Amino acid sequence: MEKPGSIIYLEDITVSFDGFQVLQGVDFYVDRGELRALIGPNGAGKTTLLDVICGRVKPDTGRIIFGDNTDLTTLEEHEITMLGIGRKFQTPSVFKNLTLVENLTLALRQPRGVWSTLFGAMGSEQMDKVAPTLETLGLLDKAHHQAGSLAHGEMQWLEIGMVIVQEPALFLLDEPVAGMTKDEREKTGQLLQRLAQDHAVLVVEHDMEFVRQTAQRVTVLHEGSVLCEGSVDLVQRDSRVIEVYLGRGHNVDAHH
Amino acid sequence: MKHSTAWKQALIPGGILGFLLLIGLPLLNVLGFLSDYYLNLFGKYLALAILALGMDLIWGYTGILSLGQAIFFGFGAYAMGMHLMLASSGQGVYGERIPDFMVWNRVTALPLFWKPFQYFPLALFLALAVPAVVAGIIGALTFRRRVSGTYFAILTQAMAFATWLLFNRNELNLGGTNGLTDFKSLFGFSLHTPSTLRVLYMVTAFLLVGSFIVCKWLVGSKMGLVLTAMRDQEQRLRFLGYPIAQYKIFIFALAAVLAGLSGVLYAPQVGIITPSQIGVLPSLEVVVWVATGGRGTLIGALLGAVGINAARSLLTAYYPEWWPIILGGLFVGVVILFPDGLVGIPNQLRQGVRRIRTQLFTRPASPVPSPSGRGLERG
Repeated sequence: MEKPGSIIYLEDITVSFDGFQVLQGVDFYVDRGELRALIGPNGAGKTTLLDVICGRVKPDTGRIIFGDNTDLTTLEEHEITMLGIGRKFQTPSVFKNLTLVENLTLALRQPRGVWSTLFGAMGSEQMDKVAPTLETLGLLDKAHHQAGSLAHGEMQWLEIGMVIVQEPALFLLDEPVAGMTKDEREKTGQLLQRLAQDHAVLVVEHDMEFVRQTAQRVTVLHEGSVLCEGSVDLVQRDSRVIEVYLGRGHNVDAHH
Repeated sequence: MKHSTAWKQALIPGGILGFLLLIGLPLLNVLGFLSDYYLNLFGKYLALAILALGMDLIWGYTGILSLGQAIFFGFGAYAMGMHLMLASSGQGVYGERIPDFMVWNRVTALPLFWKPFQYFPLALFLALAVPAVVAGIIGALTFRRRVSGTYFAILTQAMAFATWLLFNRNELNLGGTNGLTDFKSLFGFSLHTPSTLRVLYMVTAFLLVGSFIVCKWLVGSKMGLVLTAMRDQEQRLRFLGYPIAQYKIFIFALAAVLAGLSGVLYAPQVGIITPSQIGVLPSLEVVVWVATGGRGTLIGALLGAVGINAARSLLTAYYPEWWPIILGGLFVGVVILFPDGLVGIPNQLRQGVRRIRTQLFTRPASPVPSPSGRGLERG
């Protein structure tokens, strides 16, 4: 079952909260350089799957193999991050009392130990490093504003930018376009496609139009297990998927 | 060159502070405007300001409320006190080679753990190392298990209480409730002459300015960003790959070292250290100093510590029984009226003036109620 081309490989992952099985023996993998979407109705276990990968939740059973042969289940969150897994949370979580430059400086791929931070460079040197990312995000003119003053969409981009400067091998995004306007969604889609050129991206999303625009392959989760996997068209034609999820999703789709 | 900004931010305010404390006050003393008594009192306040700096680092910047900082202050003060007692051994009432209180307790030989404190460098090292190690152990046991917020505050308060109980016991051979006192000399210089106390003031002021510059540099470095980020969004920082527990242990241990240093400088200037200075209440007082002065500013912690202790000296002379009520009222008042503390007041006033000004200027422009009443709706 080992996939030579996979960046991450989950095997028989089970998670339960208070006796309720959120994930039931999930087998799942993402290839290197792939942009994969994870969809499914509320409570299907999408966010929990991301939580398991980045160490926020420890699975009851199963293995998670990252890269060539690293088992993530025994590692702490910060160790997993440093191996090259970046996470963007569902609600924008940036440091609101810090400026955009400071937010990105904290995220830069630099040693994270106490001593290296104590003697780490600051000021113009860090600005030079984060300026190209701010440019990509279209936030360069707000470089020295407090992150708390940004609009919702901009905050989401800043957080995506914070994951970009970490230079992760695998990029996890939880509903990046939730609450965004149509224009903002388009811009985010372009951003993700640019990211997918040199990162593997796993994105949880409800917005089917956005999924069709960005993802190559889709995995459908339902009640804690993988229901179906394949191209966007294939998944949308699958009768089981239509029954449990897209029946609603199609209606939402029609509005866009 | 690469740390130039952080150092610049630290050295300018540090230089001003140094000028005031190391040149200004001593000059007033030499010219006769400030008596030796008050200079000594200031020395005591400045020693306590070092304790407040550490509190501001962990609480103001990092958001960890420790209610046990007086434990570490006590370690420093007792270490220095032990050295001072041994430095004058043989000069006691009984002429024994052990401190007088041990004679009362029928102890005949110097307990083993007292012996290292005969040597000043060793006593100084232990005064700083013991707080660091104890804080490191407490930190490792709590922060690694992600004990935080109220739970950490309650835990440290319980430890302060336990330490207070422990130091009250005669069996510990640290003087019980009476503590350590009757210090005579340091390096052979009598602690009762004004010139020794002046030197102690200068040393304290110098170390306070040094501590201030180091703290200021630290919060201006990338470390300062990490600490602030940890206070505001710990979870996000963890998923950026930072080992949160290590940072908390580091900053908690650093604050403990500053508390120890504060105790070292406090004991010889005040001449006594008792368990009443290391328990729950003194730990809480440090919180009040920092909150009153202004959290997360360092200079606020310094002003709070000096200001409140000066007020205490002044007021306890006239209304000793009112002091706890005044202190409590001050804390409540500041938290409600000036959440940013004393140093935040100018900014608060500026914002207040701006608000009033905008109201004054926008009033004529606001829609006047029209006969149809539509203006009112829009207003």
